[in-house]
Amino acid sequence: MLIGQVVGSVVATQKEERLTALKLLVVRVHDPENRPTEQYVVAVDAVQAGHGDLVLFATGSSARQTQLTEGKPCDAVIMAVVDSWDLGGKNVYEKWA
Amino acid sequence: MYLARVIGRVVATRRTPGLEGVALQWIQPLDASGAPSGRALVACAVISSGPGDLVHYVDGREGALACPRPFVPVDAAILGFVEEVARAEREER
Repeated sequence: MLIGQVVGSVVATQKEERLTALKLLVVRVHDPENRPTEQYVVAVDAVQAGHGDLVLFATGSSARQTQLTEGKPCDAVIMAVVDSWDLGGKNVYEKWA
Repeated sequence: MYLARVIGRVVATRRTPGLEGVALQWIQPLDASGAPSGRALVACAVISSGPGDLVHYVDGREGALACPRPFVPVDAAILGFVEEVARAEREER
């Protein structure tokens, strides 16, 4: 999994039928030091993430292993909202700080 | 499967069903000599690993199979501790 920040949402009226009612979010990937990278991913939201949240997302066929995405053409899913993390004992990110 | 060093811990309370109680840890993949190789990622820890530990992990959908409930959106899982790595010396001519 990678961590990224929700920076936008995708509206697509014409899309593959099975993607109907799925929320698609634009996630900007962050590195372990919480610096934004130039990589962006469009992911299905399985945890009601909000704009600005730091989230964990899984990619590849694993992304289909939720009730929401099972059997659907999806290769990235947001599977957790990050509260905090530390690196080598040093706190890097704290959602409620 | 690959070698990695555990470098951090992630706290995430809100997660998809089936992932309750599973630890999430930052890992840095390593090459055969133990040097960092490629970018760090977050993996589910199914062993009691912690920062500083040398571990091996699996990526892709197989990562989910290592979790207590296998139908979860997991693409990397720490499988075990590495005590020792033996490496055959390459013959140089």
